[in-house]
Amino acid sequence: MTTETVGSVEASASGPTSTGSRATMILGIVTLVALGVLVLFGLILSPADESQGDSVRIMYVHVPSATLSYVGCFLTAIGSAVYLWRKSQWWELVAYAGAEVAALFTAFTLITGMLWGRPTWGVYWVWDARLTSEALLMLLLLGYLAVRRLAADYEVRAKRAAIIGLLLVPNVIIVRQSVQWWRTLHQTPTISLSGAEIQGLMLFSLFTGFVAITLVFIWMVIHRFRVAWLEEQLEAEGLDTAIAERRAEGVIS
Amino acid sequence: MKARVAVMFMLSDAWLIARKDLKLEIRSRVAINQVIPFALLVLVLFAFALDPDRGLLEKATPGLYWIAVLFSGLLAMQRAFSLEAADGVTDALRLSGLSPSGIYLGKTLSVAVQLLVLEFLLGVGVAVLYGASITGWLLLMATVVVATAAISTAGTLFGVVAAGLRVRETLLPLLLLPVLAPVLIGATRAFEAALSGTPSEGWPWVGLMSLFAVVYAVAGIFGFGPLMEES
Repeated sequence: MTTETVGSVEASASGPTSTGSRATMILGIVTLVALGVLVLFGLILSPADESQGDSVRIMYVHVPSATLSYVGCFLTAIGSAVYLWRKSQWWELVAYAGAEVAALFTAFTLITGMLWGRPTWGVYWVWDARLTSEALLMLLLLGYLAVRRLAADYEVRAKRAAIIGLLLVPNVIIVRQSVQWWRTLHQTPTISLSGAEIQGLMLFSLFTGFVAITLVFIWMVIHRFRVAWLEEQLEAEGLDTAIAERRAEGVIS
Repeated sequence: MKARVAVMFMLSDAWLIARKDLKLEIRSRVAINQVIPFALLVLVLFAFALDPDRGLLEKATPGLYWIAVLFSGLLAMQRAFSLEAADGVTDALRLSGLSPSGIYLGKTLSVAVQLLVLEFLLGVGVAVLYGASITGWLLLMATVVVATAAISTAGTLFGVVAAGLRVRETLLPLLLLPVLAPVLIGATRAFEAALSGTPSEGWPWVGLMSLFAVVYAVAGIFGFGPLMEES
């Protein structure tokens, strides 16, 4: 009798009701196919580099994930801004999902970078501009996630995290600039606007890498968002149920 | 006209808060009795870690100086908000009708004044203990001013993000230190440039740190209101 007052249906009408859907299932399949194509081109069809040998193949996942770690930060900043402006929980959760996936991609970039650096430079880590700013980006994201996961009311942690999320972009720009001035050893960007340095099959493999890793990124953000959304709904629903139960008790006595 | 009145109120509120915080600091003597001795302790510990006879200290002086400033400054920033944590002062501040931007600027000013005192004493400390010879005064002074502005604007903003939480003591360093990394790099390089007699290399850093301070001041002025509403 009291279950009708639980407004779970209307609450979740504006968001996902499960972690899967037909569209994302197709997206998932496409992503897997793209990863297969990437493996084919990256590991088998593309030639080894003249100077770096086979280790150059790490580039096909390293460069796209580095780019997407920055995309994730932008997503977090945009989501945080809209949340602060409109108080939209949907966007807040987009920011959260973006930050978590960005942290994952940053970690992946750092690990693949170190594995690539060892055979190329002879060491796992050098204090060059891009490595250092990526490491700082990781720490900034961990700070955001630490605040977002505080044991506090949703409003409190969401608002505080959103301020940090909003500052991620200016932070990243200043950090990059400062570290760039501080030191620059890294090779210049592989692809520049004036024309690519790598050509042919290697360039195509890198392109495949961008497509596949971007699909992985999108798939992850969507699913992380859905899980976060359902978690928040569950919490709200639990509260609604508890209130309804208390009311029912009052009616009986 | 309206905007000008709002700015006037904001500045007078800021002055009020800064005076209140500094008066509390002077009367409680926590900064004098604990923060400053801690800062000097850090200088002595660096000497233990890097053998003073090998000339490492002298070479690393700018970096060590700014690390000491950051670590002891963190203590001062924790203080700025633990002052408000007791006796429901946060609620009282919210009810006082002072403009949140004014409260932010006031707290920033009070932190900046404390940092300046700390930096002066640490400067004397490195000159005496590490035997640093000081040159390039103009650049040194400019660096101290903009770095202090950068540290206090960002520190106050992240201070309120961490304020009122049970985990604030551990959260603030995690949030603030990566953010202040560019300031540490910039201030250290600018000091190195001044001390090595090539001040022209230091001025771009002063510019970068000024930009940093402006970004955080703007974020604080607009972000402090929403942050003070809850918690």
